[in-house]
Amino acid sequence: MFANPMILFIQVMNSFSLAMNLFIIAAGLTLIFGVLRIVNFAHGAFYMVGAYLALSILGVTGNSNLGFVLGVLGAGAAMGAMAFVVERVLLSQLYDKEHMLQLLFTFALVLVIKDVVKMIWGSGQYSISAPPFLRGAVNLGISPYPKYALFLCIAGPIIAVAIWFFMERTRWGRILRAAREDRVMLNALGTDVKLVYSGVFVAGAALAAMGGALAAPRSAVDPGMDALVIIDAFIIVIIGGLGSLLGSFIGALILGFLTVMGSIYLQEWAIVASYVMMVVILLVRPWGLFGKPDEERH
Amino acid sequence: MTNRSQLAFLALLFLILLAVPFMGSRYLTELTVQVMIFSLLALSLNILVGHIGLVSFGHAAFFAIGGYATAFFLSRWQLPLGIAMPMAVLLASIFALMIGALCVRLKAIYFAMLTLAFSMLVWGIIIKWKPVTGGDDGFVGIALPQFLSSPQNFYWFTLAVVSISTALMWVLSKSTMGQIFVAIRENETRANFLGVNVRQMQLIGFVLAALFAAVAGSLMSMYLRGMYPQSAFWTQSGHIVISVLLGGVHSFVGPILGASLLYLLEVTIHQYTQYWPLVMGLILIIVVLVLPEGLIGLFRKLYTSVRRE
Amino acid sequence: MAFLEITDATKKFGGFLAINAVTFCVERGARHAIIGPNGAGKTTLFNLISGLILPTTGSITLEGKRLAKKKPHEIVQIGMARSFQKVNVFPRKTAFENVQVALIASRKLQYNPFRGAAELFRDEIMELLEQVKLGADSERRAGELAHGKQKQLELAVALAAEPKILLLDEPTAGMSIAETLSSIALIRDIVQERGITLLFTEHDMNVVFEIASTISVLHHGEIIATGLPQEIRVNDDVQRIYLGRE
Repeated sequence: MFANPMILFIQVMNSFSLAMNLFIIAAGLTLIFGVLRIVNFAHGAFYMVGAYLALSILGVTGNSNLGFVLGVLGAGAAMGAMAFVVERVLLSQLYDKEHMLQLLFTFALVLVIKDVVKMIWGSGQYSISAPPFLRGAVNLGISPYPKYALFLCIAGPIIAVAIWFFMERTRWGRILRAAREDRVMLNALGTDVKLVYSGVFVAGAALAAMGGALAAPRSAVDPGMDALVIIDAFIIVIIGGLGSLLGSFIGALILGFLTVMGSIYLQEWAIVASYVMMVVILLVRPWGLFGKPDEERH
Repeated sequence: MTNRSQLAFLALLFLILLAVPFMGSRYLTELTVQVMIFSLLALSLNILVGHIGLVSFGHAAFFAIGGYATAFFLSRWQLPLGIAMPMAVLLASIFALMIGALCVRLKAIYFAMLTLAFSMLVWGIIIKWKPVTGGDDGFVGIALPQFLSSPQNFYWFTLAVVSISTALMWVLSKSTMGQIFVAIRENETRANFLGVNVRQMQLIGFVLAALFAAVAGSLMSMYLRGMYPQSAFWTQSGHIVISVLLGGVHSFVGPILGASLLYLLEVTIHQYTQYWPLVMGLILIIVVLVLPEGLIGLFRKLYTSVRRE
Repeated sequence: MAFLEITDATKKFGGFLAINAVTFCVERGARHAIIGPNGAGKTTLFNLISGLILPTTGSITLEGKRLAKKKPHEIVQIGMARSFQKVNVFPRKTAFENVQVALIASRKLQYNPFRGAAELFRDEIMELLEQVKLGADSERRAGELAHGKQKQLELAVALAAEPKILLLDEPTAGMSIAETLSSIALIRDIVQERGITLLFTEHDMNVVFEIASTISVLHHGEIIATGLPQEIRVNDDVQRIYLGRE
């Protein structure tokens, strides 16, 4: 199979496009963890809500190019607004409590969001078609390739670079990095910590929702889509290291390639491949490829 | 709660359970079997959560392994129950030893995530390994030994197994090992500097918790005459954590209360609406925000305020 | 060969040399103090010796056994017990249970899931608690005890392990003058009576000269002097750097 460069090319592209889709979700998860020290179980649920919101927005606008852009941005904005309310009213009360209570709170959100989604949109499966300008295939020289998958391949790195630029090159990014390192220091600088936390939670939720909206044209939209994507996102951040953006990027690439290549060469045992990879990485580096060890003993 | 009042509670509970089959309601008998199994499952997780202070989000995996293995040994290999059940529990414990060895290397949140990831691996294998597990459709049609085929007899069997398991866990919680478990929860560093190999003790606790979860899974598969992949799904693990938290982690009987209440609520609410998870989510939010010590904590507060007046 | 030997121990955190080529010995039965200004690296040195952190280079031996690569619980089993500068008890357990846990661990009973703990070792535990003057507080939760009493409890917990050497990090930190005086008398009596070697850090010079049989002075991660109290008292470097006298 390796002999055929065309098939190999398509597989590589598919891996990359899946990886970029996963990265957008994992990035939000790792961002929230990095600053708030909360592992957000509800991240998959935010992703799902994003897909449904895009579905509804497209229902109003019709399946046009503009509708697609509005759908993705609108999903992010609406989810962000809801996340703001949840964070301010409920989650913020748990910041000084045990980590486990925070974890369980986000698990409660999963249960609630899933049922609310079922109430609003029903339990059926929907599909969204790609916007007109991303339909069909484009010839990349070696082989024709679906435009939408190619679009994801390009959008992923752009988002990654945008987040990186924001974190490393802007004043806001500096504040977030400071919050990640030392929150006492942040207080001392006179920055409104509450605002930083809200901002990060909202941004992470919006990223997840946009990830869901972007994923909708290449997968089915149904009330079960959150449960598996959160596991993928967990594996990515465990491999890459919690809190590390670069780690999430690399982790997403590893998982994307393992999933696509695995499904071809290992058939149904592909799922085992990603776990074996995770176990190997954990044996060597328990804190992930780009994470920081949590113990001083070294 | 003091040891004495907890023992009194357990004794009273046991007496009530002895009487249930004589109340003449088959529905009540069957419901009680399930409540007992879920209580055992919650108690097993509390070895980790309440004693050692590790919150596993993958506990359902061992429940499922226990259940599937029992189903397989009974039906495919046609082993007698007395061999099938211990073998299933042993198998789950061996899995727990391997998975736990990796998981206890990581702390709190990482531990929760990693246990969750491994339970999903177990779930994935159950879904894919059709010849053994039945895949999506589940393992259906378990051949039960003759003496367990009547609901009455199954009730007595469940009561015996759950009672013995509960007694063993009680002894464990009051033993020298149990004291060290709690010491680790309270202050890991201090325990380490008393000469305790913390990772090793956490692993022992992990395996013991999995062992009793497998017993619960084994009972459940026999009760249902089958085992289904949903039993290993991560949200199922979440339900067990909720049972434990709802009851209260700092007492032995808390998880029994939590699991029983949660299951009875589920059965009741299911009669009115399909949105039980929504209700459970709201309950969990309330517990997390206002009742972090669970029902036991609430009772304690009420008790002290009544006494003051 | 000395009882405890620290040879060329160095610890780097990133580029920062926290402990730089530290070498000193503690003889059996000695009461050795590590003194030095804040930030000199006293706690880091303790953490190195007790295995909480690993030295970058150098060796540490107790009775000839290498400690540097060993884990804290293994070092405890060799015969070293320590306390922490910040009180470090099991807060929800009673004082009685705190000591009991230490005894269970030192007798390796943590592997027994059947042996009831309730009244186990009661006599021994009460004796230890009375020795640190906590006999009346045995049923109170450790977290609810006053700071000074928590420190005393820590001492009882450390002694329960029957250590050959006891490391006390700032044993009188946060204590009133009266508490400090009774506490140092207690510590001195106990280690003398039990023949335990003592290694401690202390900021209060009165305490140091009261208890210590030998002293090492740590400054910027380096040992600048080791000797008898009277030698240290008159050492020029020490006076200049540590006591701030020109």
